[in-house]
Amino acid sequence: MSFNESQATQAAGVSTVMVAPPAAERVLDVRGLDFYYGKKQSLYGVDLPVARNKITALIGPSGCGKSTLLRTLNRIYDLYPGQRAEGQILFNGENILNAKDKPVDGAPVATSSRIGGDAAKLRARIGMVFQRPTPFPMSIYENIAFGVRLYRKVTKAEMDEIVEVSLTRAALWDEVKDQLDKSGLGLSGGQQQRLCVARGIAVQPEILLLDEPASALDPLSTSKLEAALMELKDSLTIVIVTHNLQQAARICDYTGFMLLGRLVEFRPSSDAFVKPETEAMRDYVTGRYG
Amino acid sequence: MATTETLTAKNLAAGQLPGSAVDRYARRKLINYIFVGLTSIATAVAITALVMILYSLVAKGFSGLNLTVFTVDTPAGGEDLGSGGLRNAIVGSLMICAMGMLLAVSIGIMAGTWLAEYGDGNKLATIVRFLNDVLLSAPSILIGLFAYELFVVPFHGGSAIAGAIALAIVTTPVVTRTTEDILRLQSSQLREAGVALGAGKGLVIRSIIWRASRTGLVTGGLLGFARMSGETAPLLFTTAGNQFFSMNVTQPIASLPYTIANFALSADDNWRRLAWVASLLIAAAVLSANIIGRHLARGSQNK
Repeated sequence: MSFNESQATQAAGVSTVMVAPPAAERVLDVRGLDFYYGKKQSLYGVDLPVARNKITALIGPSGCGKSTLLRTLNRIYDLYPGQRAEGQILFNGENILNAKDKPVDGAPVATSSRIGGDAAKLRARIGMVFQRPTPFPMSIYENIAFGVRLYRKVTKAEMDEIVEVSLTRAALWDEVKDQLDKSGLGLSGGQQQRLCVARGIAVQPEILLLDEPASALDPLSTSKLEAALMELKDSLTIVIVTHNLQQAARICDYTGFMLLGRLVEFRPSSDAFVKPETEAMRDYVTGRYG
Repeated sequence: MATTETLTAKNLAAGQLPGSAVDRYARRKLINYIFVGLTSIATAVAITALVMILYSLVAKGFSGLNLTVFTVDTPAGGEDLGSGGLRNAIVGSLMICAMGMLLAVSIGIMAGTWLAEYGDGNKLATIVRFLNDVLLSAPSILIGLFAYELFVVPFHGGSAIAGAIALAIVTTPVVTRTTEDILRLQSSQLREAGVALGAGKGLVIRSIIWRASRTGLVTGGLLGFARMSGETAPLLFTTAGNQFFSMNVTQPIASLPYTIANFALSADDNWRRLAWVASLLIAAAVLSANIIGRHLARGSQNK
């Protein structure tokens, strides 16, 4: 693995270390991102490079802005009046923020709106899985078909195949293949979370964002989910927020450490845990705060 | 005075409480007993009233109940005791309520949805919510008068449709309120999950949030129906009553509350009998709507 960028800057009294993947490998490139909840600023000049077909973890103490950063990447914050992001989020080279006139893959992306439908095309390509499982109140089959139908008109046979492939890739098929018409609400928490992953990948996004997806799961369900994510790496890019440092070390290629709304250290995961360079991250991974 | 006595370190150390503490304890206990007693009496009064109403309904209504109540129309005055029925009033009530519910549920659910999903941080929503609460507690006779001016006077006569509109005005605030409350129970993550797939907010509300709130919405509708089916004042102004069987929505129509109001105060024994039967039927309808509503609400909580 080669790194063409290495920089150390001084921000708010905390030294910053950035060992980023080469620009050509980046599918997402966040530059100088500020985020505001009303008047309260919660992200300060965040740079986050996300490498294609890799898993990038965001770690840091509660309230450091990990989830906020993740929620800017698919502009889900648009739903809430008063929340806004400034800076650049380059997705395949196009800025998705304030991108009124700039097309993303030919499809123009409108500015944020409270109605929330405008970033729909973007969200089809950048999926999201939440902290708590959020199965829709419908059958397992329909949970997956719901997203697919938003974009494509498919035959029953094609849909059957999409459902099977998605569930298989989310490592859930064997457990639910005989009960596809049962409600998704009847599954266990771990199964529900994998159903949400299957639902997310069924629309074939380029990126999947996961916000502490395993925090409500038991260890066995967690390892199943992790195995599924490792498999998915072949076809998509994953950004995961986690409080579980072992999880970050186990499955992630890159790790970003955040503190007080800033990205303090970013580097390949192996290095990140063996020899963190900033004092702040060293304190965090050794359990001295957070 | 007892209250001026203080706890000093000295008498605490000696294991003594000031003399007044025991008195205060006894007094607190006494006050407690009085309070529990008063609340119990109030509850008993309320229950007694309810039981007496139900008892008189059943006692006087049940004896007059027979098959002809459902198959024969309201009789003219002075007929033999036991003749005539309530067919036109029952059918009229069902028609008015069905039309009224259709109006109230469609407007109420849409308005409640707007308040819950799009109204946050919106001044207009605050005003609408306040006005809805005012309408919720408005005397129904005022609403009847309003509907009379708007839907009866211009058409020179009462009609089933005017009655339905009046009842819808009474019921819509109930449905709006429950809809907003029920939708707010759904987690914001569920909404975000739909939006994160690329669905518009409107679609997420229609196919995910409404579906997740299904039992709650049905409960709201049933409670609205319970409120609606007993309303009398709006019908007195708007439906004009009808002694005969009619299913024409533009013509005057009979209804149970109207029949009760007319028959109960008459000197005719047969009419008074039918008034009791009609009361029993309405009470049964309201009671079952409430029970079904509560049952559904409980079922959805257990899920």
